[in-house]
Amino acid sequence: MDYSQFLNMSDELSLLAVVVILFMADLFCCGSENSTKPSKALSLIAVPLLLVQTVYMLVNMPADCVTAFGDMYLSAPMMTVVKAVLNIGTVIVFLMANVWMNREENQVKQGEFYLLTLFTLLGMYFMISSGHFLMFFIGLELASIPMTALVAFTKKNQESAEAAAKYILTALFSSGLLLYGISLLYGTCGTLYFNDMAAVMDASNWVQLAALVLFISGIGFKISLVPFHLWTADTYEGAPTTVTGYLSVISKGAAAFVMFVILTKVFEPMVENWNLLLFWIIIVSITVANIFAVRQNNIKRFMAFSAISQAGYLVLGAMGGTAQGMTAMVYYLFVYMVANLGVFAIINIVEQRSGKLNISDYDGFYATNPKLSFIMTLCLFSLAGIPPFAGFFSKFFIFMAGFKAGFPWLVFIALVNTVISLYYYLLIVKAMYIKKSDTPIARFSSDGYTQIGLALCAIGVVFAGILSQIYQYFDSFSFGLMP
Amino acid sequence: MITINCFLILSALMLFIGVYGFLTRRNTLAILISIELMLNAADLNFAAFNRMLFPEGQEGYFFTLFSVAISAAETAIAIAVMINVYRNLKNNFVENLDKLKW
Repeated sequence: MDYSQFLNMSDELSLLAVVVILFMADLFCCGSENSTKPSKALSLIAVPLLLVQTVYMLVNMPADCVTAFGDMYLSAPMMTVVKAVLNIGTVIVFLMANVWMNREENQVKQGEFYLLTLFTLLGMYFMISSGHFLMFFIGLELASIPMTALVAFTKKNQESAEAAAKYILTALFSSGLLLYGISLLYGTCGTLYFNDMAAVMDASNWVQLAALVLFISGIGFKISLVPFHLWTADTYEGAPTTVTGYLSVISKGAAAFVMFVILTKVFEPMVENWNLLLFWIIIVSITVANIFAVRQNNIKRFMAFSAISQAGYLVLGAMGGTAQGMTAMVYYLFVYMVANLGVFAIINIVEQRSGKLNISDYDGFYATNPKLSFIMTLCLFSLAGIPPFAGFFSKFFIFMAGFKAGFPWLVFIALVNTVISLYYYLLIVKAMYIKKSDTPIARFSSDGYTQIGLALCAIGVVFAGILSQIYQYFDSFSFGLMP
Repeated sequence: MITINCFLILSALMLFIGVYGFLTRRNTLAILISIELMLNAADLNFAAFNRMLFPEGQEGYFFTLFSVAISAAETAIAIAVMINVYRNLKNNFVENLDKLKW
């Protein structure tokens, strides 16, 4: 066996090294038996390590496709870029988690949070660079099993337990469907290597079409597209806010990218069929989520429906499977990530300082906390897609890609829905700036970690759209069906 | 004579019984059992396909092995979650999981 092929997996191995170092640090540095108060050093270690690993991945990026273990593992430069994007998101989640982790009841569990989060990230890495359905399935499960533990993190809290129960049951159901779909693929193709499968796929074979439907429904649960979204609102509301932030961006983005890759690689001959399926799924996702979002009062639940609708836009990049669509999708993921995590960081700090989670609690927020409400406004504008901010450009590129792929009606419906979404995002802005309240959220100062995280998000929201280099950087690596 | 069709019919039956159970059972543990049935249907498919259609390779057997291990891990964490729910609610019927709703 040629051991040098392990070097092709340097992304995963470096993340594993980060996990091991953190584990050791948790074991030996923090929380010795005689001191009841563990040191706060863990996030001080986790964040720089993850940043170093991101830079390492981007510098060491392979120039071309690399494989390991006889095509079981496949990686391309674009995949490393997506992993780096996910890493940046995880760093922001860690920064905003710090204030929550330093609460009395959570201090002993600090290590668990960082390790579980990084293990789900590792699972997404394996899922992204899988070259075989076994690898894909193991990665998917590695990404979703620790996620359940994260959702149930506040053990004493009934809502958290309920959210975890709903999450694990739907996740198991969806992986059951997915597994059955994969078994049908195995029966009709005789192989599960992505590289060999496209040659034996046939759009007129109804068993393979059933497998396609089962695959899309299985992965649709993870992306929380509409017919499969029922767990989303409950889980997002019950889970701890930082975990909700992680769930809404990182795991969703990874699953959407993997879906794109597998649809173009494996289901290539069925492009007509999956275009039709995605067409309706996207329309229903965007519209239904928008309608439900308008009537929510809990802000985490509101963000859950916003996330479902944004997932519809994200998947719009997969229509037709073009290289332009892939660039637009990754760029959309990046921009959506900074804006959404910015909103969640503010929800989190407000929850930690005042315990308030309803939209009506945000009345008069501007009068007491002008800086936070300003950043929140920037992020919400970006989510809604208002021109000077990055969200506008990301939506523009997604629509361009959809238009080029030949779906003008889909783009039109998505555009109309953008206007509806503007309405409910502005409801929060209105609550913060215009409405008066007798009992506003008191003035508070956020901790340094959250401030750094918010600064990162604000910079991303403002500059990711203006700096066209970012889009061009993504574009130089993307690939699709067409050469 | 046992043909591939017998296995396929059995596994399809197991899948749909699992889906039916998932949708109708009221006890979370019964839902979990239904999901196990679905996962085992897929495992049976893999093993049968490998034995009957592609006896020269081992891919299906390996997939079965891994998916059994993964479903064991999933069940472990799902039961941990159920125990947590039980501690909070003193029972584990889905009707009582209604703190979060529309």
